[in-house]
Parts: sequence; C-alpha cells; structure tokens
Amino acid sequence: MSEANTNGSPNGGATTTVADPPREKLTKKAITADHPTWCPGCGDFAVLASYYKVLEKRNIDQEKIVTIAGIGCSSRFPYFVNGHGAHFIHGRAVPLASGISLARPDLHVFLFGGDGDGFSIGGNHVDHGGRKNVNLTYFIMDNFVYGLTKKQTSPTSPIGFKSKTDPQGAIDQPVNPMKKLIAGGATFVARTHASQVNHMIQMIERATDHQGFSVIECLSECVEFYPGAFDPANPRKGGSFELIQEKKWDNTPEDELRHDVTDELAAYKLAQLPFPGVFGVFYQSDRPTKNSLEKKWIEQSREKVGNGSDVEVLQRTFDKMK
Amino acid sequence: MGEPVNPDVTAVQKPDPATLAGAPPSERADLRPENIQDAVIRLAGNSQDGIQTAGAFLARLAGRSAQEVMTYMTIPATISGGPSIFQVRIGTGEVLSAGDEADFLVAFYQHSYQDHIGFLREGGVLLYDSDNVEPNLDDKRFVYLGIPITGLTVEALGGTAKDRGKNIFVLGLISKIFQLDADKLKRIITEKFGGKDQSVVNTALMAFQAGYAYPVGNLLKHFYQFEKPEKKPGARDQITMDGNTALAYGLIAGGIRFGAGYPITPWSTVMEVLRRELPKYGGIFVQAEDELASVSIAIGMSYSGWLACTGSAGPGISLKTEAIGWASMAEMPLVICNVQRGGPSTGLPTNVEQSDLHQAIFGSHGDSPRVVLAPRTVEDCFYIAIEAARIARKYSTPVFILSDTSLATRIEAFDEPDLAKIMIDPKPNLTPRETHKPYPLDQITQHAPPGTRILDGKYPLMSGLEHDEMGHPTGSPKLHMAMTAKRRNKMRKLAEELPVPEIYGDQEGDVLLVGWGSTYGPIHDAVKRARENGEKCGSLHLRHIHPLPNGLEKVFKNFKRIVTVEMNDQGIYGYGQLATLLRARYCEPKISSFTKTDGLTFRVREILEGVFQGKSFAARNIPRDGAAIVHTDTNPENVKTTREVVPQGVG
Ligand SMILES: Cc1ncc(C[n+]2csc(CCOP(=O)(O)OP(=O)(O)O)c2C)c(N)n1
Ligand code: SF4
Ligand SMILES: [Mg+2]
Repeated sequence: MSEANTNGSPNGGATTTVADPPREKLTKKAITADHPTWCPGCGDFAVLASYYKVLEKRNIDQEKIVTIAGIGCSSRFPYFVNGHGAHFIHGRAVPLASGISLARPDLHVFLFGGDGDGFSIGGNHVDHGGRKNVNLTYFIMDNFVYGLTKKQTSPTSPIGFKSKTDPQGAIDQPVNPMKKLIAGGATFVARTHASQVNHMIQMIERATDHQGFSVIECLSECVEFYPGAFDPANPRKGGSFELIQEKKWDNTPEDELRHDVTDELAAYKLAQLPFPGVFGVFYQSDRPTKNSLEKKWIEQSREKVGNGSDVEVLQRTFDKMK
Repeated sequence: MGEPVNPDVTAVQKPDPATLAGAPPSERADLRPENIQDAVIRLAGNSQDGIQTAGAFLARLAGRSAQEVMTYMTIPATISGGPSIFQVRIGTGEVLSAGDEADFLVAFYQHSYQDHIGFLREGGVLLYDSDNVEPNLDDKRFVYLGIPITGLTVEALGGTAKDRGKNIFVLGLISKIFQLDADKLKRIITEKFGGKDQSVVNTALMAFQAGYAYPVGNLLKHFYQFEKPEKKPGARDQITMDGNTALAYGLIAGGIRFGAGYPITPWSTVMEVLRRELPKYGGIFVQAEDELASVSIAIGMSYSGWLACTGSAGPGISLKTEAIGWASMAEMPLVICNVQRGGPSTGLPTNVEQSDLHQAIFGSHGDSPRVVLAPRTVEDCFYIAIEAARIARKYSTPVFILSDTSLATRIEAFDEPDLAKIMIDPKPNLTPRETHKPYPLDQITQHAPPGTRILDGKYPLMSGLEHDEMGHPTGSPKLHMAMTAKRRNKMRKLAEELPVPEIYGDQEGDVLLVGWGSTYGPIHDAVKRARENGEKCGSLHLRHIHPLPNGLEKVFKNFKRIVTVEMNDQGIYGYGQLATLLRARYCEPKISSFTKTDGLTFRVREILEGVFQGKSFAARNIPRDGAAIVHTDTNPENVKTTREVVPQGVG
C-alpha cells in the first residue's frame, strides 16, 4: 500500500535511503552542532559539555539520542546537539517527551529546560510525568530567574530578589524543586551544580541508568541577570558544596547516619535544609514505569485477540456490531 | 423515503381495568400486518430508564436486517439523569435524517407526553404508560394506546426490580406492534448483557417476553411490518454504531496507533474506545492531565514516527491551539478531532452546534495553515478519519476532523467496510538515509523519525522557531517568507487533489444549499421536498472545508442564490461561519446563510422555511418543541438510578 510507511517519502527526494553501514564510536565532534548562543560565562555551557561527555562515554547510537526542550535560554539546548531533537513550546516539553518515550521505548529521551519552563508554566506536567513515571531523563537548569525574557521573577527566585517584575524584591514563596519533584512522584530526584562538572556527569549517568522519570535540578548561573546566585555552593567562590552521603549498607555505625535514597521522608528532610542545601541523589524508587505497565497491557490485549493482524482484529470487532 | 406510517388504529382506548388487574384478554387472531416502508419511533422518558439502550437495540436490529436506520437522542444536562429522548427512524429505503415528526411516540411520564406530543404527526400513535401519563384524550388528532407499563413490568419481573426493565418491556411491545424479529432481538439483548451476571440477561429477556406477549393486538386494528429490503447480490453486511465509535475505528483503520486526550463531553467516548482498543493493535492511548499535555503527547508520538491523534470539544481545543501552531510550524502530522457542542465556554455541553469552524481553521497564532475536514454521516466519521490520517501523513500537517454532538451520539447502520482494502499499516520507516533535510523549500516535508540514521551525520531538528531547511533557527526575513509560503503552498497542492463535491438535485437553478457536517441529511431531504414542490434547487455538502476544493466557483455560477445552512450564529455581519469564508474566498455577494443556534439538529421543514421564505410549501406550521415545557417528573423520587444508561457526563 502506498501509505504503508508513516514517514515514507511519497513526494520526492529530500531523502535518499540506504542500507545500514557499520558505525564508528560516538565522538564529541559528531554530536556537536551550532555554537551555543548563550552569554559567555553562562552556567548552561557546562551542562552541555557534561551531556556530550555522558553520550560519548555511553557510546549511545547517535540516531537513538533524542534531545527535547521547551522554551528559555536553557531550552535552546537541542540546537547545540547534533542528533534528533525538537525545540517545542514553553512548558510542554515533558508531555512531548512522554509521547516519544511511550511510543518509542527504544529511544533515549533527554529533556532540558529552565526553572520557569518546568516549575511555572509546565509545573503540572512535571507532577504528572512523575506520577506516571514515564521513562525519560529531565535536566532542569535552575538559575532562579527568567533569562530569555530578561530578568523577571521566576518560580524559584528567592524572596527579596529584585527583578523587572518585582523591582521592590520578590514577595512570593519560591518553589522548593526537590519537594515538588518528590511529591509529584518522580522516581529519581537529584540536585547538582553547574560548576561541579564531575558531580554533574555522575548525576546524569545515574539518571540515564534509572528506569523511570528521572529529574536533575542543576543550579546553573545566569551571569547576565542573576550573577553570583550560586556562589554559596561554589568552593571556588568561597562557598561549600556539601554532598549527600548515601548509605553503603555496610552495617557500620557511620552508615546509620547516611541517607537512604528510598526513604521519602528523609529526602524531604534534606530538601528542607536552608540554601544552598545539599547535593546528590535525594530520592530514588523502582516503581514500575508507565512504559512497562502499558507494555504489559498491550501484551495481554494482543494475547486476548490471538495476536491477530490489524485487519483480523478490527474485522472481529465489526462482526460483533452486525 | 417511504410515506409515514398510516396508523389505522381503533379509536381512543382507555386503559382496560382487566389489563391493570393483570388478566389481559386473549389476543385476537385475525390481525394482519400492514406493510410500511419507514417509521419514526420516539421514546420519551428519563435517561435513567434506559430508553437509549432500548432504542439502540432497535437500531442494531434494523442494521442486521439490512434496513436503513438513523437515531437521534438528547442527553439530559445533569448527571443524575432527567428528561431525555431517543428517536429511531427505520426505513426500507434511504434514511438520511432522523425525521421531523414521529409516527409513534412512547411516553413514559406526563412530562414526556407534554414535551413531545407536538412532535407526533397527525394520525400518529401515542403509546403511553397509563400508570404515569394522563393524555388529553379529547385531542382527536392522535391515536391513543394506554398500557400500564410500570405495573406490568413490576409484575413480570417480580416486585424486587421496581420498575427497571420498562425499557425492555416497551421494546417487547414495539417488536410485537412492528412485527420485528423477536428472536434476533433476544439475541441482541443477550449479547449486550451477556458480559454481566446471567440474572441480568434473564431479567431483560423476561421483561422483553412480557412486553411481547402483551395482547396489544386487542387495542390495534392491525400490526405493521417493514417491507423486506431486497438484499442486492454481493451486498455487504451492515454494521451499526454511533458516530464517535465510527470515528474511533476510522482512526484505527487509518493506521493511528497512538494518541492522548482529556475527557470532555461529547468527545470522551472516542477516547474511551481508543484507550480500550489501541492496545489490541500494539498501541497506547494516554489519558493526560489536561489538553495542553494531551496535544503535546500526541505530537511527541507523531514525531516518533507513529501518526497520532488527539481530540476534545471546543473548550479543550482552545487549550490545544498553541501546540497546534507548533505542529503547523514544525510540519508535524497530527489528527485532531473536535466533537463540537454548543459554545462558547462551557456553553451547552450536551447540545449540537457547528460554531467551531473558524476556530478549527484559524485557531492558533501567526499564519498557521492546517487542514479541516467534516464528516457528514456516521459512516463518514469512519472514512473521514482514514482520509485525515492519509492527508496528515502526505502533507505533514495537523488535520482537524469536525464532528458534533449529533453525529457523536446517533446510531446508523452502514455497509461493513472492506478492511483488507482500506486498512493502513502504520509502521515508522527507520531505514537509514544518506542525507536528510526536514524542511526542503522545494518539496513537501516528510520527516525522518528519531531512530533513523542519517549517514552524512547531519541530524534534523524540529523547530517552532522559524528555521532553515535543516530546522535550525533563522531570523532571515527572506527565509521566513519562503518558509511561510512553503507551509501554505502544500495546502494549495492538497486542494488540487480534492474532488469537487457532487451536487444533489438540480445542477443549475435558483438556489444552491451548501452545508457541512451533520446537517447533510436534513439539507438533502429539504432539497428533495422543495423540488417535489417545483423549486429548482440543489445541494452541495462540503467534507473538505479547508482548503476548499478547487472549482466551486464554477458550481456557484449556475445558481441565482447560494445559501449555506449552518448551526451557528450569523455573527455581526449577518453570515454563518461557512458563508463568511465562502464570501471572502469567492467575493460573491449572492452567498448568504440560514443559521440557527437552538442547540438542536435541523428539521427538514425548518430548512425549507429558512431558505424558501414565503413559499407556501415551506410556510406550513412547524411543530416546535411541543407545548411549554413543564417538567413534573424530575423530582428526586422519580430519579431512580444513574446506573442505567447515562451515555455521557457533562462538562
Ligand atoms: C506561552 C508562552 N508564554 C511566555 C513565553 C515567553 N517566555 C519565553 S522563555 C520564558 C521564561 C524562561 O525562563 P526559564 O524557563 O527559567 O528559562 P531560562 O531562560 O531562565 O533558561 C518566558 C516567560 C513563551 N515563549 N511562551
Ligand atoms: S541570559 Fe542568563 S541564562 Fe540566558 S544565556 Fe545569558 S547568562 Fe545564560
Ligand atoms: Mg530560568
């Protein structure tokens, strides 16, 4: 049938198809695209570099990498990665990425965005993505400000922050990202800092390995509109970068004091710590993903219809409507 | 269409005390059925009485008997039920509209009688529950058939069932009166309730049998019998379903395996079917947290290589429009169903209106071309979904399907589709490509879904920013102009392949009626009747509304007046939404419109009166919604259960 392929090319030759030739190891060069348009010194550069590193290290098949974002400075990400990807609309990247992940579980879906994108306009989607536990990795570059639209208050701006929409200083209680993510149902919740590249890479790797809705909040400085915001957590700027000590389950007395990442209440307690707080994995759970639950239902349904062809299944349904 | 029933029935019958006492006299043996071609049966009661279920059984039976059938229903606007009707028109010939007037009215309550007696044609039969209804027997226009339906049902089922089962009892009565195939009906009842407790099936069959065995013949001069439709050799079996079901299966036949939505009347049943059915085909339908998410999830699925669908009614479509703008910009195939209801805002959630046409065509921001299609019958809901999927793929574009409340809920029988011929295998094509441009300026976009290797190492980006041929952002005015033209020109290309719709009736003359969507039947019947009365007129029904097929101007040239018939408001400038578009497109002052916004489907005479004002054949008094509406039976004690069919919630 002429319409057999969703993406067949009935209209011509923008595309030439060929057999699948052998492949080389993925390199940083291969996955680098446009030069980033960020301001020099923007925290997001380090995030991009860490992403390249993880992709390279994991040697993921290039065509299986999907980089998705909403709108914001941070959400420009897909343009800087040479791979399949989409730059969507403000706040809706989580559902877009969920659709990709659910329809094509063979792909690696990475999602990037800002604090406004994820915690304000897209806040509801972040909760529901977590609740459904869709399998994808979501990296939030939190700069406590709206960068792209030039310094308005963001949902994470601290009280007192002077922005163009709060010239007297912000008055609304900021979102606590860790609490929101844990409460929403995300099954991997971690926090990192763009100035701590090794930690950041570790977190991305662990999030990538996690089956389910994995989210990393990364303090990523907007040098243009909120310079110095994260110095208190940057040792090079006189701050302290305090790591979460995770339980090693080694039966030592020290281990008693360490954090059990599966303990939701303990994670809340850590999230409660005053700024700049602690970094690392706050919470992780192995609740089944929506991907796996839907797959199970598909298998049961297919079995019930005797694994018939599409035509057979629909024909049998119509037979009952006679 | 055959002439309406001539109910040659004995004069007014008062309820017989013997009947009430449960000792019906034995039946007269000499009743001979009269042959009829067409009958409109209106069941009027409360929705919780299951009149929809009984009506649907009749429709299915007609479908199985190769008869034409069409139903029409109203849904009460509160979830606990309330007054509601189900109308079934069964015909041996062509049935295109649900009928202006009923030949046979079943009234369960006093309010049912009061509200609907105005719809019974003169000489028509009123079958009423003499336990609840006291008709004005002095009104000699009708034939009265009083049967203590409530009492007899309770008696038949034993006191415990209260009066549940009245619907099936009445079904039994009707099948006797119309000499329907009782065995077939019992089989349909058994199938319907078969999934439940066996006692449910038994109760239903008992109620049916009680109704069927009631000696109604003693009250009638004769029974009726539909003429046997001649089954053409090689004719396909008929299948019976409502429009939302047809739409859902059409999407499946069109190769849609994924989608996402959020519940809203009257769209919900489409997503309910898809949620249940898609896994059988290896797919998934996601219930999202809202419409913003559902359209975004569907776009993600489409991008992944599996053409996906979403849908809603007007309020939800409003929420989706930003993302639809993205789909237009990023040239992403997507099928969006809008099962329209009365608007704006929450409006009339259970009524019909065609007021989202402009929203479908223009609803987003910027110049965001998309395709808008509208099915005209239940059967067409199935086929238009396949066409929408085909167009979405071929032109990499969002495609709207504009259905409405009337199509959503009415049941029709139609020829079973030849699935082997029409079903589409939707698997994404992930064959590696030497090189790939997602947005070539000289061609129609065809995306390479993720997972496709691009061997020259240059991967495509899907972008909502204006972009170059690879999808990377550009601020170039020249490129924006070129890309805007690219997105628009593919719509012109599509218009070239669209057939000009056939004109029904006169090919040239005084008036051309133009419609779209669910008004097809009444417009068609109006033209038929006008021509029988000597008018020179025709009708044209648009399935493709945006873009319009080429060549309509040639059709319009042959008529003195072009009148669109639409269920929306005439707007500030006095033209319905389609008329506004046609006037803008053809600069043709002879285009006008006849519109209405009462939330009800068009009746044939209403159209005649609107289009042929002042003509004697059209000026007949149209029975409106009966007498002033007094709902006496909606008190809590009459609202028995919500478990019986309440087809949809509200809101
Ligand atoms: C629907 C919609 N509303 C508003 C905007 C304008 N807008 C673009 S980005 C943005 C905020 C971005 O902030 P954030 O997500 O924190 O990203 P950052 O630029 O700080 O990285 C806003 C309000 C938009 N593009 N779309
Ligand atoms: S405005 Fe801020 S967030 Fe945006 S690129 Fe510049 S430094 Fe980065
Ligand atoms: Mg920000």
